[in-house]
Amino acid sequence: MSAPLLRSGRQYVAAVRAMVLATVALGLLYPLLMTGVAQVIAPDRADGSIVSVDGAPVGSSLIGQSFTDAAGNPLPRYFQSRPSAADYDGTASGGSNLGPNSPELVAAVTERRAAVAAFNGVPESDVPADAVTASASGLDPDISPEYAAIQVQRVASERGVPAAEVQRLVADATDGRDAGFIGAPTVNVLELNLALDRELGAG
Amino acid sequence: MSATTAGWLQFALLVVALVAVYRPLGDWMARVFTSPAHWRAERLVYRAVGVDADAEQRWPVYLRSVLALSAVGVLLLYGLQRLQSLLPLDNGMAAVEPGSAWNTAVSFVTNTNWQGYVGESTMGNLVQMAGLAVQNFLSAAVGIAVAIALVRGFARVGTDRLGNAWVDVTRAVVRLLLPLAVVTTVVFVLAGIVQTLKAGTDVSTLAGGSQYLPTGPVASQEAIKEIGTNGGGFYNANSAHPFEDPSAWISLLQVFLMLMIPFSLPRTFGRMVGNTKQGLAIVGVMASLYAIGVGLLTLFQARAGGAATALAGAATEGQEVRFGGPLSALFGASTTLTSTGSVNSLHDSYTPLGGAVTLFNMMLGEVAPGGVGSGLYGMLMLAVIAVFVAGLMVGRTPEYLGKKLGRREMTLASLYILTTPAIVLVGTAVAIGTSAGRAGMLNDGPHGLSEVLYAFTSAGNNNGSAFAGLSANTDFYNIALGLAMAFGRFLPIVLVLALAGRLAQQGRTPVTAGTFPTHRPLFAGLLTAVVLVVVGLTYFPVLALGPFAEGLS
Amino acid sequence: MTTLTPPAPAPARPPATPGTRSLLTADQLGPALAGAFRKLDPRGLVKQPVIFVVWVGSVFSTVLAVADPSVFGWLIAIWLWLTVLFANVAEAVAEGRGKAQAATLRKAKTTTQAVLEDGSEVSAATLVPGMRCVVVAGQVIPGDGDVVEGIASVDESAITGESAPVIRESGGDRSAVTGGTTVLSDRIVVEITSKPGETFIDRMIALVEGASRQKTPNEVALNILLSSLTIVFLLAVVTLQPFAVYSGAEQSMTVLIALVVCLIPTTIGALLSAIGIAGMDRLVQRNVLAMSGRAVEAAGDVGTLLLDKTGTITLGNRQASEFVAVGGCSDAELADAAQLASLADETPEGRSIVVLAKTAYGLRERTDLPGAVFVPFTAQTRMSGVDLPDGRQLRKGAAGACTTWVRTQGGEVTAEVGDAVDSISASGGTPLVLAVAGPDGARVLGVIHLKDVVKEGMRERFDELRRMGIRTVMITGDNERTARAIAAEAGVDDVLAEATPEDKLALIAREQEGGRLVAMTGDGTNDAPALAQADVGVAMNTGTSAAKEAGNMVDLDSNPTKLIEIVEIGKQLLITRGSLTTFSIANDLAKYFAIIPAMFAGVFPGLDKLNVMQLHSPESAILSAVVFNALIIVALVPLALRGVKYTPGSASAMLQRNLLVYGVGGVVLPFVGIKLIDLLVSLIPGIA
Repeated sequence: MSAPLLRSGRQYVAAVRAMVLATVALGLLYPLLMTGVAQVIAPDRADGSIVSVDGAPVGSSLIGQSFTDAAGNPLPRYFQSRPSAADYDGTASGGSNLGPNSPELVAAVTERRAAVAAFNGVPESDVPADAVTASASGLDPDISPEYAAIQVQRVASERGVPAAEVQRLVADATDGRDAGFIGAPTVNVLELNLALDRELGAG
Repeated sequence: MSATTAGWLQFALLVVALVAVYRPLGDWMARVFTSPAHWRAERLVYRAVGVDADAEQRWPVYLRSVLALSAVGVLLLYGLQRLQSLLPLDNGMAAVEPGSAWNTAVSFVTNTNWQGYVGESTMGNLVQMAGLAVQNFLSAAVGIAVAIALVRGFARVGTDRLGNAWVDVTRAVVRLLLPLAVVTTVVFVLAGIVQTLKAGTDVSTLAGGSQYLPTGPVASQEAIKEIGTNGGGFYNANSAHPFEDPSAWISLLQVFLMLMIPFSLPRTFGRMVGNTKQGLAIVGVMASLYAIGVGLLTLFQARAGGAATALAGAATEGQEVRFGGPLSALFGASTTLTSTGSVNSLHDSYTPLGGAVTLFNMMLGEVAPGGVGSGLYGMLMLAVIAVFVAGLMVGRTPEYLGKKLGRREMTLASLYILTTPAIVLVGTAVAIGTSAGRAGMLNDGPHGLSEVLYAFTSAGNNNGSAFAGLSANTDFYNIALGLAMAFGRFLPIVLVLALAGRLAQQGRTPVTAGTFPTHRPLFAGLLTAVVLVVVGLTYFPVLALGPFAEGLS
Repeated sequence: MTTLTPPAPAPARPPATPGTRSLLTADQLGPALAGAFRKLDPRGLVKQPVIFVVWVGSVFSTVLAVADPSVFGWLIAIWLWLTVLFANVAEAVAEGRGKAQAATLRKAKTTTQAVLEDGSEVSAATLVPGMRCVVVAGQVIPGDGDVVEGIASVDESAITGESAPVIRESGGDRSAVTGGTTVLSDRIVVEITSKPGETFIDRMIALVEGASRQKTPNEVALNILLSSLTIVFLLAVVTLQPFAVYSGAEQSMTVLIALVVCLIPTTIGALLSAIGIAGMDRLVQRNVLAMSGRAVEAAGDVGTLLLDKTGTITLGNRQASEFVAVGGCSDAELADAAQLASLADETPEGRSIVVLAKTAYGLRERTDLPGAVFVPFTAQTRMSGVDLPDGRQLRKGAAGACTTWVRTQGGEVTAEVGDAVDSISASGGTPLVLAVAGPDGARVLGVIHLKDVVKEGMRERFDELRRMGIRTVMITGDNERTARAIAAEAGVDDVLAEATPEDKLALIAREQEGGRLVAMTGDGTNDAPALAQADVGVAMNTGTSAAKEAGNMVDLDSNPTKLIEIVEIGKQLLITRGSLTTFSIANDLAKYFAIIPAMFAGVFPGLDKLNVMQLHSPESAILSAVVFNALIIVALVPLALRGVKYTPGSASAMLQRNLLVYGVGGVVLPFVGIKLIDLLVSLIPGIA
């Protein structure tokens, strides 16, 4: 009766040993060694591509953040990021997960469109899709060049500089598709806003 | 350049890369699993584990080895999560709740990597590394081992031995997964994926707020997550999170990584059975279904179906700007067709018909190309069914690669095609029929049904992606989906190994002009049709009430 | 050598083409319907899982119709019952076709008395193996057995349908007699070899009636697949209700039952056993009895055919191809003598000598020869010939016999004769020495070269077999060189020369080790081990009991060439199953497009886009699908019985054709069919 059990038992002994070994080799040695390598070859990137101003970390060039005041109102001197279901909380990445017919989403899009149009003084039809929809990560660092374009005038007038100045900085912060065809063109909002502060003064 | 053109070019580049690695990687894997020589490192492993590496196993023993390894894996992972706060490197995280811990343990051991939790605020670095990442390797290795055992069943004649599970798992890790993961990690780090023991960074934002950016050993885990078609992200947002997937080309690389082994295993199969054309036929079927999946999803996503989507003007809800529409669709199709389940955009917010495609992709049974190993064995099981019907139609007792498909073989293959639909349909029905199940839905109406259906389809097929609006971190879903994942993984493995044992014992019928050729386009076409028809017929009613009802309104 | 010239192989009756036998005649339909109703018994239906599910559905829907009567409910219930009934009809019709034959066979079993050797009479039913009976002219042989004494001509038409009598004699390979056949001349003693109730005729009756039919391995495997699909569809429908409830579109049980029945593979499920029975029946029509369905299936798988040279590849008899004159005899003189000596020789060899004399030497055929006395062939003399009125005696026969005769007549036999004989033998021919004795003394005139003649069309046949992937091996007692020459001429793949029974057995084992299934024919007791070893062993009805016991098929016509037809029938059987399975599953697509919108378009109007057939109403759509599902069974019964068209060719070509016809056709046809039925159904009040 116990013969199969015993045979199975042998497999379990082996399994336990194998699991211990794997945990040490794959669970500790491998990631730790890779961390060591990473910290040597690209320490900044390995730690999160943190951007600092005057030695103080202000964010990660890879992670989006909100440019709103404490009450949640958008700050007109900054380019605004996309809506975020996570409120740009780094510890709760994620999207809205609202379905394509969700009434809630329909309402949100309608409301955002009106707000964005009003905030930037453009017709609602000029508001691009990324401006009214939340990203997947809730931490999208980018906006589309179209969304950046409708914000130029507002930022320029807020900062009292010619639109062309701002336009130039937007162009600098704009990346085309990777290798010309992979992904989509982006404008990194944090980098753009940092450039604004750096070059045009932290209005 | 228009987004459409760019999309085509991305796809073309991917195809070129996959074609380029098909032969070398496939041949390498064939060598890995047929070479008589052990590496020194492997010998050390065998000694430590206490197995005789040269003793081959009969199928029940092979099965017991695989099950034992998986069972111990579940226990250990459960324990690590429950005891997290008492162990080092916990990053201040509390012990994981029992339901969630069970679900996550099963999820990672079964190569599903369904995530009912928010990674960055639940799992400390120890659990991420020593728990989750370890299973990323082992579950992938187990999948490959089982596939190789089935291939041996076809390749061998008159033996009851299928190889040694410990050797196969060890070699899969040592000679295949680990080297690939190391190289990939380096590339990832250079591209900006984080890899540190630092728990995170506090930053003061420009607007005067604060933001905490959790970090950890992400790149090393991200590498095996894609290579092993696991899909469990370090962060909740998975490959949409910029720290996991910082740029478009990295995202495309991740797509390549998850497809690389599943698409090359048919070559290994062809090599091991001594006819690489047989492998080409299988990969041809996989590629056709894959192309259909990518094509349809890209098309539907571009058409902005759904009221909210139409209002916004594009399917950008749940999509990252840097990836754009075509790359998000490419990733979405690839992850649902490979049982990976990592996402760079949120499927729940896809257009109704786009969402239907991701669902249908998984319903295909993860065979185009499927998970590492599981894709090949799943496709071979379906091939057995297709050969049976085709074989009858040419007037012979059906045979595949010279192995006759009789009563026992058909029993096993029939049970195989029955298992996953049973899990998915019964699971979904129970969830829809109970208030505990319905409570998890974020959306109502047909989309709510789709969310639940997606969850069980994903769990039963060991995919792991989600219509993530479903609040699945409840006792009901943790337990039900945990069971679905366990049954969806191990019942098929039992059937596959039993069939492998049965096939290996057979002799081989010689190939004649009367043999139905299984390496020609005709068979590939038939197999494609069988896959589509069987799956289509099984799920048509529920799809009609879910995504079709939503998408056709 | 035997003492009687064997009867020429019975001319194969014209193959029973489907047209010659109506598939559903009125007199068959009556009993078939009765049988169909009897088969409604669920205890029998359990063995057909698919149909059993329909049966359960019928019961349920009837209960529902009674509890909550509506035109729709009743129509669904009725059509579900009809579905079961049609499935039963298919099987009953197939079985019924054997019944007519069985009735004929039963008539042959009328003998009730047997005369034992000691003269006592016993009932035939009490005969046991080992008993000996005496049968004289005009009596019916009381049971299966072997002739142990005597020789007789026997009328076996009761079994074979062939009216020409055959010779049965003690010893040798033609000693077996079958109970129920009639002795026409002489007297024989028969040792009984079969137990009561297990005689050849008993088994034949059981076979053609399908009573002893067991499911074949392949049928079992297919049944498993069908059961699995049935479970999948059951699950799909059972789980549909919670989804429907959630969606606010709860469905009635009747509709759900209708959906299940439409989805599960009822078409193939209903026709599966009919296909099997019909396959056996097709063999019976060609006068072949398969002892098991397994053997028929194996025939389709055959990879190697072992064919006896004589009678299969070559004509059973050799033909004169050349006259070799010796000792200064002129060719014309020799030809003339050969013709004279063969005039009364009605054997094919004899006829061929006359023909050769005419075609090669221009000798007109003489019809009468007054005063000549013909000397028939006997086993003692091993010569035949003619004594002419001028005193000359012409003899032709085996070299040994003839030369001895010449010597006894005082003649000389020169070495030249021996050389001629040897050279003919060496080339694979048979030498026949022609000698004369008369007033001028005795001498050998020459040697007639008798040669094997490959049957017409054999080369094409073998090419065809090769395309089907079947290897042919010729078995012969001839020496290697002769055998190779004939093999090359006939186009077979391989040769087993100077074959002993052990060689045959070894060859079969070797082929089987290589994974090939082997088919062979045989008639002698020698062949029994090989017949038993072969996967398909076809015993000739003229053969011994041992051979018939060892084989798993008996060819009543004793025509070895039929092996090829048997293979084709085996293939056709499998093809029919596969094609109808494909058809059955392909049908589901259209049924979904009919039923799903009908069920849910009320709640989700968008789903009406799936109503591509524009069916009239939800009720008419569902009913039409159910009706189509039932009618298609009836429509396919003839196909199931006749078998899917089989044209020998490569596997790929065959698959392509069948996929196109039954796969694509199976997708398209129901769209048309359901639409047409819907047009009719929508006229029914209460549905429209």
